[in-house]
Amino acid sequence: MTTFIACVLLVGIVLYGVFGGADFGTGLWDLTAGGADRGARPRALIDHAIGPVWEANHTWLIFCLVVLWTGFPTAFAAIMTTLQIPLGIAAFGIVLRGSGFAFRKVSMHTAEQRLNGIAFASSSIITPFCFGAVAGGIASGRVPTSGHGDRLTSWLNPTSILGGVLAVLTCGYLAAIFLIAEAHRSGQPDLDRWARRRAIAAAVATGGVAAGGLFILDHDAHRLYAHLLDTGWPLLAASAGSGVAALVATSLPRLRSRPDILRPLGALAVATVLGGWGVAQYPYLLGTRLSITAGAAPAATMSALTIITVLAVVLVVPSLCWLFLLTHRGQLADAET
Amino acid sequence: MNPILPSVLAAGEPAQLLPAREQMAFTLGFHIILVPFGVAFTFITMMANYRAIRRDDAEALLLAQRWSKVAAVLFAVGAVSGTVLSFELGLLWPGLMGRFGAAYGIPFVVEGIFFFLEAIFVAIYIYGWRRLSPWPHFWSGLPVVLAGIGGTFSVVAANSWMNTPGGITLRDGRVVDVDVWQVLFNDAFWYEAIHMLLAAYVVAGFTVAGVYAAGMLRGRRDRYHRLGLLMPLTVGSVAIGLQIVMGDFIARYVFHSEPAKFAALEALPRTRTHAPEVLGGAIVNGKVRYGIPLPDGASLLSGFSPSTRVRGLDAIPTGVRPADRLVTIVHLAFDVMVGTGFALAGLALWFALSWWRSRAAAPKLWFLRAVAVSGFVSIVSLESGWVVTEVGRQPWTVVGLLLTRDAVQTSGNLWPLFAGALVIYLGVTIGAWYALRALRHRWARGLDTPAPYGPEDEAEPVASL
Repeated sequence: MTTFIACVLLVGIVLYGVFGGADFGTGLWDLTAGGADRGARPRALIDHAIGPVWEANHTWLIFCLVVLWTGFPTAFAAIMTTLQIPLGIAAFGIVLRGSGFAFRKVSMHTAEQRLNGIAFASSSIITPFCFGAVAGGIASGRVPTSGHGDRLTSWLNPTSILGGVLAVLTCGYLAAIFLIAEAHRSGQPDLDRWARRRAIAAAVATGGVAAGGLFILDHDAHRLYAHLLDTGWPLLAASAGSGVAALVATSLPRLRSRPDILRPLGALAVATVLGGWGVAQYPYLLGTRLSITAGAAPAATMSALTIITVLAVVLVVPSLCWLFLLTHRGQLADAET
Repeated sequence: MNPILPSVLAAGEPAQLLPAREQMAFTLGFHIILVPFGVAFTFITMMANYRAIRRDDAEALLLAQRWSKVAAVLFAVGAVSGTVLSFELGLLWPGLMGRFGAAYGIPFVVEGIFFFLEAIFVAIYIYGWRRLSPWPHFWSGLPVVLAGIGGTFSVVAANSWMNTPGGITLRDGRVVDVDVWQVLFNDAFWYEAIHMLLAAYVVAGFTVAGVYAAGMLRGRRDRYHRLGLLMPLTVGSVAIGLQIVMGDFIARYVFHSEPAKFAALEALPRTRTHAPEVLGGAIVNGKVRYGIPLPDGASLLSGFSPSTRVRGLDAIPTGVRPADRLVTIVHLAFDVMVGTGFALAGLALWFALSWWRSRAAAPKLWFLRAVAVSGFVSIVSLESGWVVTEVGRQPWTVVGLLLTRDAVQTSGNLWPLFAGALVIYLGVTIGAWYALRALRHRWARGLDTPAPYGPEDEAEPVASL
């Protein structure tokens, strides 16, 4: 049951990585979309694409936090007393991002829109970087079981920087892929091309950094590296495979009119990497420290978590599917034009 | 309560305690203002929505649509400031989470599910006006209302567990077994949960009504404004009526089950019969000063007889007795909460009487003025009630089990984090102010689509919010 809850946590992280990641990534393209005139249509597309779903996408983060602190309280306290700086920045980034996005939608003057837009977009880059750095710190075993590890080197180290950069690139990649589908659906071929160019660039960059990152891992976090190649290799191979397939689907003219196959491929490429992290780390919660069984809450808590997880699957998953379906069909829009 | 408290005797407090407490108080005090709008605003909006569909009422429809747009902005800020709180539970209080997460965390997991449902259906409801058919769209708001109730109950379950912890077995200070049912439905649960839920409806009702009262005071006395005043005011009035009854029950519950907190509420230094109800005042050197005592008041209210024995602050072991300053804060906050609560109840009564005497009459000037400030008054009441709960528990984080000084983060300097929180929340407050003002201006110019269910028409210029 303990391992089951650890798997639930990993699934939560994967879903946050995919949905939250696609959501964060829009900030990267928002920031680089150009001035008020040139960037108006891409920004409207972004607004339209994530408006109804961003809060739900971020609820995966809450889900991960509550499962972690209830199921594995020692690990939670250890992470929070060590990686407090990047986590504090990430928390503020989330505030700025959500508020900036919601305020920009309703503000009327360009200056206000610009200010809110900058808050939204820049924090959309800083926050995933921090989360990536936190993941790197945990994965490379820099969080001691009793907590209070080094507050700087735990996230300013090669694996963390790699994690942060990869997180930002991955988010950008996912966002571009989701935006292709949105542009295609709303019949805006120029924005479709705009998003496609970004998807290809991000895919190439992410693939390059990920491949180069293996060398960094070999030097900086050798146990993680060994396990990734030893037990996690099928997932890494699946990631590379679906990444390449998505790249082909993005650029091949014949597949251009089928953006619906792009999204699952892109999501799979990202989900398998995050899954690989979990597999490579097994059976430890904190990189090379604190095994899942040693860090687990009492059995009664784990049973409660299991029941609540089942309830979540029964209640949340269909609701979420309905939300995505409505969004996909373009049935959710502002009441005013 | 455990009488032997070794950690109390350890001198000195961690340097992180002050900034951690200040930051938690500040961010939670900020978030709690947004809570009523997540929890209760959708209900008020659905009332208008129902009226719009049933009676084909265009003005009610316009109100409902605009309210859902305001709710979207407030819900976004509430969602992100709530996320910060979950980070802060770890960043500021790792001692609490590490030690008791296995029990204390469970209500939050339940809350996570409710919040998920709320976020999903809020999006469907807010963005569904134009393309969904009226009744399915209306019903998509119901899960938001229900999830709001469920979410409130789960978060309050966590809070009431800190006041009356139960359902855990400790061995060497570690939680080794958990009775989930007792954790969730701890002794104080129902009292606190219903109290907070009603408070949410009080604040949302009076605050929204206050906006339209202010509009009417500026001369916009059309039916749109009248409706915008009446519907939320009715909700707020019913809620405050129930709250007064509930408050009476809670006071007696606190008297019986949380005597230390009751002593602080009543500012009662010594255990005695014929205990007075002191209005205002402060505790200075263990004595009540400057207050207005109502003879036998506290004894009468808690046990219906002047000879009821009320335990005072002297019944609390010296090591964990709250300082005079804290007692004064709790006592004054309690007085402010009760005073503002009764002021709002008076307004509700005024509303009921004038409605009963003449429904058609235009609201009187002073009535409108009272409603216009009632939203602010209700927020003051909410904040002071929260101070009563939180400061009233000190020096404990989990009563009898964990002192606040043992729960706090002991790594690093927390002042920069607090400074960051102040700056960012100030920015968000200013941003929210401008965003809501922008909506108001836009509506004042008539930039709206009044017929979302049909084909798009040109907007009629309408009066502003």
